[in-house]
Amino acid sequence: MVFPHRHLLGINGLTELDISFLLDKADEAVKLSRQREKKTSSLRGLTQINLFFEASTRTQASFELAGKRLGADVMNMSVVNSSVKKGETLIDTAMTLNAMHPDILVVRHSSAGATALLAQKVGCSVVNAGDGAHEHPTQALLDALTIRREKGRISGLVVAICGDVLHSRVARSNIILLSALGASIRVIAPSTLLPTGIEQMGVEVFHSMEEGLRGGDVVMMLRLQRERMTGSFVPSVREYFRYFGLDTQKLAFASPDALVMHPGPMNRGVEIASEIADGPQSVIEAQVEMGVAVRMAVMEALLLSGNGGPAL
Amino acid sequence: MTTTVFRNARIVDPSQDMDATGNIAVENGRIASCGGTGVPKGADAIDCTGKLIIPGLVDARVFVGEPGAEHRETIASVSDAAAAGGVTSLIMMPDTSPVIDDVALVEFVLRTAREQASVNIYPSAAMTKGLNGGELTEFGLLRDAGAVMLTNGRNTVANNLVLRRALTYARDFGLVVASETQDETLAAQGVMNEGLFASWLGLEGIPREAEIIPLERDLRLAELTGARYHAAKISTSESVEAIRNAKTRGTSVTCGVSINHISLNENDIGEYRTFFRLSPPLRSEDDRRAMVAALESGDIDIIVSSHDPQDVDTKRLPFADAADGAIGLETLLAAALRLHHNGDVPLLRLIDAMSTRPARIFGLDAGSLKPGSRADLAVVDPDEPWLVSKEELRSRSKNTPFEDARFQGRVTATMVAGRFVYEIS
Repeated sequence: MVFPHRHLLGINGLTELDISFLLDKADEAVKLSRQREKKTSSLRGLTQINLFFEASTRTQASFELAGKRLGADVMNMSVVNSSVKKGETLIDTAMTLNAMHPDILVVRHSSAGATALLAQKVGCSVVNAGDGAHEHPTQALLDALTIRREKGRISGLVVAICGDVLHSRVARSNIILLSALGASIRVIAPSTLLPTGIEQMGVEVFHSMEEGLRGGDVVMMLRLQRERMTGSFVPSVREYFRYFGLDTQKLAFASPDALVMHPGPMNRGVEIASEIADGPQSVIEAQVEMGVAVRMAVMEALLLSGNGGPAL
Repeated sequence: MTTTVFRNARIVDPSQDMDATGNIAVENGRIASCGGTGVPKGADAIDCTGKLIIPGLVDARVFVGEPGAEHRETIASVSDAAAAGGVTSLIMMPDTSPVIDDVALVEFVLRTAREQASVNIYPSAAMTKGLNGGELTEFGLLRDAGAVMLTNGRNTVANNLVLRRALTYARDFGLVVASETQDETLAAQGVMNEGLFASWLGLEGIPREAEIIPLERDLRLAELTGARYHAAKISTSESVEAIRNAKTRGTSVTCGVSINHISLNENDIGEYRTFFRLSPPLRSEDDRRAMVAALESGDIDIIVSSHDPQDVDTKRLPFADAADGAIGLETLLAAALRLHHNGDVPLLRLIDAMSTRPARIFGLDAGSLKPGSRADLAVVDPDEPWLVSKEELRSRSKNTPFEDARFQGRVTATMVAGRFVYEIS
């Protein structure tokens, strides 16, 4: 199969076939990553630039490792504290990097749509590593891969996404992807943390963990930003944890073999209790491993079988 | 002095409730006759068979970059753009740098316009100093210097007492207060209409209540003070309802809508197209339809272009970081004609809303083809198809939401005070 996309800007726009292709490819990458010799040469000679306008250690490291395992030359550009502050625009930065002939740009930005804007202006493939509250496609793919490997399937599973859906690009990408693969999605959050029109997004909405988790196969917790915990969206950390934090009592409402997931970094004691995060149902570490594999699959698909190919 | 005669035109003049074929004669910068069939000896006759002649458009809401942002638009360039759009009179917003809140600035605008503009430029004045919503400006002196209306520009006055006093004081000077209403705290960091579409895009929404709540407050204060209040740019069906109710109560209220809000809806934003980022935001198709109906019935009095030039520095950015606003002078008539062609609003009402009615609301000598009126008019080919091309726009800024749009109907010539200021090549 040829992966018919030049960029990966979101899950929206991918077909079920595209998604399965990437997940299958990622399964292969997992095997490779578990070997002693972890490196291939499939992207040898190609240049990958990680352009992060928003700080992120984990995602950036994951993309860097993925690129290196495929043999690409990887450069990290953290623009959080550099030229952008001096008035250089997103487009200027992109054009500067473009002139260096990268083959793939991995971009994270705090504004929704920023990666799409950038993709219009550069001559290489672009991977969205998170744009504002819009999409985070590789996170959704790695979540799907984790679920598929643990449960053997995605279709028919009940997945509960809990917490700050309003500001979450992870939630949006997951809602699109997991629905496309046939899971039924629930969201559980106080209404102040839900986007307008959520009930029209093809999900079931709950405001109580006990009800929302009942019979669930996957419990996906979202991070709540510190500045949103103290009176602006929810009154306090302790109230939030009391009603929406995942602890043993609440998890007991889900299926006994339910998976517990978190995109990280976690706020222990805010959205998730430590004993759950480190407990037997947690697949949080597996998610990290799948992250590298999915990113290898995505970059290989875009650069080797994508219809864009390396910029000339 | 030569006489110019436009022969055999379809004359559409709402000020005379006229839609008839005939001739218009222009002499000494004034309309000499309207509707007859004769051509005086020695007159310069122009055959207008198949063309419309309308009173020159009056655009009551135009942002200009001069003074302070001349790279976006000058008084001269806005005038060129207006002429190409058949707009012969425009009210210039005080949102400049410095803000037009002082007599000297009103005089600057009028002097510059006299020297450089081919269309009539009418300055409006800031209602509060620096548009900051606190201290009132010198309404009387500003009016006598030539300001035709008061407005707080893009900003809504948050303080109810300040607004009450401004309305009361403006009433004594017979000035209209034009307001755009948006509650800053409710709108917060919002950048588009709140709803499912914004949620999928991951963009913060502006609830419709952010417009309706301060609008209803304004209408109550207008009723309390007896001032002449103009809701400058509404975007929701509930706003239409509020205006209608206020009018029924006998309040001295008028209402405007931008051409964008009756031509487009939020879905046009598509994949983060910043030229569709406007304030107020584009709303739903239901809102658009409700406003078109209100325009037809006259509950919405006027259409404005809300011409707001922005350059690449403010528009070629991620959606949430871009500036609001779109240019509109050159496409105003063509976009409005869509409503005529598809049968939504009769032609006479459309021209009324863009010419006669705004002239009447703001007390301008414009909007009529009656004999004796200043000869401000536009000749329009109502059916000519054309494509909006960025390169052909005369405005210094190119942020049009109608880029590459196909229109039917185009201004072929514009005359101001008997002089051609635009003729299509």
